[in-house]
Amino acid sequence: MIEIKNINKTFGDRQVVKDVSFTFYKGKTNLIIGESGCGKTTILKLMVGLHKADSGEILYDGQNFPKLSVNEQENVRKKIGMLFQGGALFDSQTLEENVQFPLDMFTDLTKAEKLERVNFCLEKVQLVGKNKLYPAELSGGMKKRAALARAIANNPSYLFCDEPNSGLDPKTSIVIDNLIKNITDEFNITTIIVTHDMNSVIEIGDNIMFVHKGENWWTGDKSQILKTKNQELFDFVFASEFMKQVLGTPSK
Amino acid sequence: MNLFFHIGRYFMLLYRVFARPQKHSVYMRQIIFEINNIGISSLPIIAIISVFMGGIITIQAAFGFNSPWVPLYAVGFTTRESIMLEFSPTIVCLILAGKVGSNIASEIGAMRITEQIDALEIMGINSAGYLIFPKVAAAVIIFPFLIALSMFLGIWGGYFMGVASGACTEYEYIFGIQAFFEPWKLYYSFTKVIVFAFIITSVSAYFGYNTSGGALEVGKSSTNAVVYSSILILLFGLILTNLFLNR
Ligand SMILES: Nc1ncnc2c1ncn2[C@@H]1O[C@H](COP(=O)(O)OP(=O)(O)OP(=O)(O)O)[C@@H](O)[C@H]1O
Ligand SMILES: [Mg+2]
Repeated sequence: MIEIKNINKTFGDRQVVKDVSFTFYKGKTNLIIGESGCGKTTILKLMVGLHKADSGEILYDGQNFPKLSVNEQENVRKKIGMLFQGGALFDSQTLEENVQFPLDMFTDLTKAEKLERVNFCLEKVQLVGKNKLYPAELSGGMKKRAALARAIANNPSYLFCDEPNSGLDPKTSIVIDNLIKNITDEFNITTIIVTHDMNSVIEIGDNIMFVHKGENWWTGDKSQILKTKNQELFDFVFASEFMKQVLGTPSK
Repeated sequence: MNLFFHIGRYFMLLYRVFARPQKHSVYMRQIIFEINNIGISSLPIIAIISVFMGGIITIQAAFGFNSPWVPLYAVGFTTRESIMLEFSPTIVCLILAGKVGSNIASEIGAMRITEQIDALEIMGINSAGYLIFPKVAAAVIIFPFLIALSMFLGIWGGYFMGVASGACTEYEYIFGIQAFFEPWKLYYSFTKVIVFAFIITSVSAYFGYNTSGGALEVGKSSTNAVVYSSILILLFGLILTNLFLNR
């Protein structure tokens, strides 16, 4: 479980995150949704310590992350898997080496055991047999999936995904969503997903925070979101005609 | 003000670079990779430059010393001293600053802007140590060998081109390169090389590591890396020369 309490972040003189508090539950897929540029990635980076919050608390199972010593922070981070918006695969390494990297760094598994784990992860993201390709040889969607395989390689307790299915076709997108959902259930981990894909929201939205202009605007789950009376959220959810047709315009 | 900011940040980075390695086997693997990447791949350019510079120095020396008053050994002696004291340790390192420095800065800079460094940090890896330490260590290990080779090839190039072009006789040259040889001067040369190896890799890594923005900034970091490591090489060359050779 991760709790964030009253976090603020300013870049220059622009306040990008305003007093956001939320609880991300263990064994659930926790979603952060909102329109482009509202501060979703920034919140994610604040949580993992890539940005420093101006104020507020970030509690990993009760431990206030920003207040921990460097060593203690590293220990928490070893339990974090993160999928970056752009993938962030290591260019100089093959797909196999990328996925194996956390295992090399933090486990004492034998070569064979590592390879088995790598292949298991690659199978999960449907990239079997692509072991020896370099990131430059992968398509955008394949990079995303490869990055997800790396994020789950070392059995994380906390999984952060920044737009796991942007750039994927609808079918693969559902596969990835289900995969994340299954991993979350199976290993009982705390999963945080940033997305603006309504399909994902309706499929896997156990616990949702809607961010608007850097503020926590609305919280709820996938069943509540379709009945929302909140104007900004309503506009976000029913932005497209298609959504209105599929979901049926709710009475306001 | 700006200068002190950079110096402070540079030393803070170094502090992280030399933190205790998290996994020795991985670091060892990286060092060996970098020795190949930084060192062995620079062999061709070093070989070509050294042979030609040796030849040029010899022919120039023979041209300048064309007088009955100048002793026979002058040409070989001059060639050896210039190559051993300055050309190989300093000029070759300046060339390596261009090749290796820009390579390191752009590699690390690209990793920074594509969030690969963030990805390392998230995993709980000391990214500065993991990325930079192997490069610094590899350069400090391999540069002395590269420079020794450059010295050898330079002196050999002088012999070959000097004799072949008729600028000096074989006897004269061989006699000259053996005259008044003082081994302690090699300490001076190789101290310079080790310091320069450290400067090139750490300064270039510093500029790469602190890149922010996009591809344009990676290019700027790469340029800065070459410019500042070259200036520092000359500055420290001067300081070390004063310490060793000024009596
Ligand atoms: N390092 C930074 N320096 C300055 N401003 C930043 C920085 N990172 C983000 N911002 C600003 O903060 C705001 C929120 O950015 P963020 O990346 O969190 O958006 P997002 O919600 O993830 O959007 P998207 O859905 O498009 O990824 C943006 O307006 C952006 O310009
Ligand atoms: Mg984003």
